[in-house]
Amino acid sequence: MEFFLQLLVNGVCVGLLYGISAMGFVMIFKSSSVLNFAHGELLALGAFFFLSLVTWAQLPVYAAFILTMAGCFMLGFLIERFFLRPLIGEKLIFVIMLTVGLAAMFKGLILLIWGGNLHTYPEFLPASMGLQLGSVYVAPVYTATMMISVLFLVAFGLFFKKSAQGIYMRSVADNQKAALSLGVHVRRVFALSWAIAALVACMSGIVLGIINGVNVHDLSSIGMKVFPVVILGGLDSIGGAIIGGIIIGLLETFTGGYLSPSLRDVVPYFVLVIILMVKPYGLFGLVEIERV
Amino acid sequence: MKMRKLSFHPCGNYRETYEQELNIFETDFGRLWLCVFLIALFGAAPFVLSPYLLYVLNTIGIASIAAIGLNILVGYTGQISLGHGAFFGVGAYAAAILATRWGVGFYIAIPAAGMITALIGMIFGIPSGRLKGLYLTIATLAGQFIIEYVLIQWESLTKGTMGITLPSPEMMGWQMSGDRMFFFLIFISLVLMTWFAVNIIRSKYGRAFIAIRDNDRAAEGMGIPIFKYKLLSFGISSFYAGFAGALWAYYMVSITTEPFNLGLSVEYIAMVIIGGMGNIPGAIFGATFITILNELLRFATGLLMNMGVATSLGLNMAPLREFVFGLAIVLFILIEPKGLAEIWRIIRSSFRLWPFSY
Repeated sequence: MEFFLQLLVNGVCVGLLYGISAMGFVMIFKSSSVLNFAHGELLALGAFFFLSLVTWAQLPVYAAFILTMAGCFMLGFLIERFFLRPLIGEKLIFVIMLTVGLAAMFKGLILLIWGGNLHTYPEFLPASMGLQLGSVYVAPVYTATMMISVLFLVAFGLFFKKSAQGIYMRSVADNQKAALSLGVHVRRVFALSWAIAALVACMSGIVLGIINGVNVHDLSSIGMKVFPVVILGGLDSIGGAIIGGIIIGLLETFTGGYLSPSLRDVVPYFVLVIILMVKPYGLFGLVEIERV
Repeated sequence: MKMRKLSFHPCGNYRETYEQELNIFETDFGRLWLCVFLIALFGAAPFVLSPYLLYVLNTIGIASIAAIGLNILVGYTGQISLGHGAFFGVGAYAAAILATRWGVGFYIAIPAAGMITALIGMIFGIPSGRLKGLYLTIATLAGQFIIEYVLIQWESLTKGTMGITLPSPEMMGWQMSGDRMFFFLIFISLVLMTWFAVNIIRSKYGRAFIAIRDNDRAAEGMGIPIFKYKLLSFGISSFYAGFAGALWAYYMVSITTEPFNLGLSVEYIAMVIIGGMGNIPGAIFGATFITILNELLRFATGLLMNMGVATSLGLNMAPLREFVFGLAIVLFILIEPKGLAEIWRIIRSSFRLWPFSY
């Protein structure tokens, strides 16, 4: 029972991380229907920016955090301006391959600048944030993660439901041409959504970095883990990303704990195939009915 | 015997029948140059080139076969697959297991490996019945990871991370070894496979593939059973991958699971895009480009390491390789999305139209 509880808590924590890293991915998809294969590298970029600002530039944590956010916002903006904008209206494979190419470029850059070693942040979260749930201890990082994900969930939920920009974004994702003819500034929407998505990505990169340490290979492999999560939750549902993340996280830790550790990393993909066959739009995704 | 009149490039589109539309060679010169090229390739290349260059050429040949297969799926049928590298691995392992377990000769093992891979490819193509576009891409991505896992974990069959060592191919008591022998094996296969691919595109099947790519709803409406054709396309494409993988396994002598990762799949997609989607010679151009790029970058890395231009800098060359690879993909997509085949066409036509090129 003890073991089960520990696995349960671990699974939920890992799952929340997956969920929070999937949110940026869903943001991009929701507003521009682009499948971003460079997501893991964006996470890594954010984590490394923060690392440099904290350890090398010796900035206080909050200043470094704000600077990283601003930097990533700009980065997302630039990515859209220089790489994605020429591809508006192009075939899907070009967009997908462009993000794959970007992933390779970013990974190369990060390796060139920071190397492939594991770095860690200095400790800065107060220990009082830790939680003691019965016999299981939840580390401060995880409570922080939980708070951040709930915050994001609410903020983005409201953003997409209520604000004009959010509604524009949804309209662009649904049908570019129709949105354009109704007077939505499609290019601005794209730019903004990439900027916000990069911001969310780097934010989750920092959270991941606090927990697991900062390493390019780990972070970019999380970019691949995002796929089962978002498919399970529904590609365009932010709440779905969190719930999908938790389910995948639980699945991973339980397989790792009870079945075999080597199966742990593949189980999400088996689930992915099954979901795609049975319920391709996921738990909370928007169902497009098309019978061909 | 009367000489047939040689045909030149017409100054307009004078095609009157569908047969003319389907001609592979527009002019007799195209056919002539291809013959000259093939004779030069088979007659001179293996005897003139150094072993290293021959090795590069052989690698290009193997990559070309796999890239042609992927181009049938991606470029002609419009189904994006991120599992081609894994299928290549399935082919390599199928050939290795056939050759070591059952002592099958290479002339059976290689096509058989292709068939086995085609079957597995069709299994992973089943999701295409319900999914399309990016959902299918993600499904093939899952296929890549699952196949990789099976190759590593099914130790009784694949010997896991130990790898398998293949016997050198033998036919009628005649040992085949060395780069030169493999050159003939690989390039004869490449010519046959190219011939097959070019012709299947001209057939009923090829036209169905193109119809599915251009508009699947219209294709269905015109009575093309698209699921059947999508599966067929997956099968053909995986056959090519498996065939190439089997050749590669024989050529490399020993194989492990390591090379057949997502990176390899991405490399094949890059070949198809850089070469030109929906273009068979384009796949060969793309394979050549990526292989040479890889070799050049490795050469540069080695050179910098040897010259001792700050060994710390030399150590940082591997990421540079990754960076340049990504940059090549991005630049091609942004600047010439139709790939090298289009560049080649532009060069040719500007020569032909000189001095009145427009």
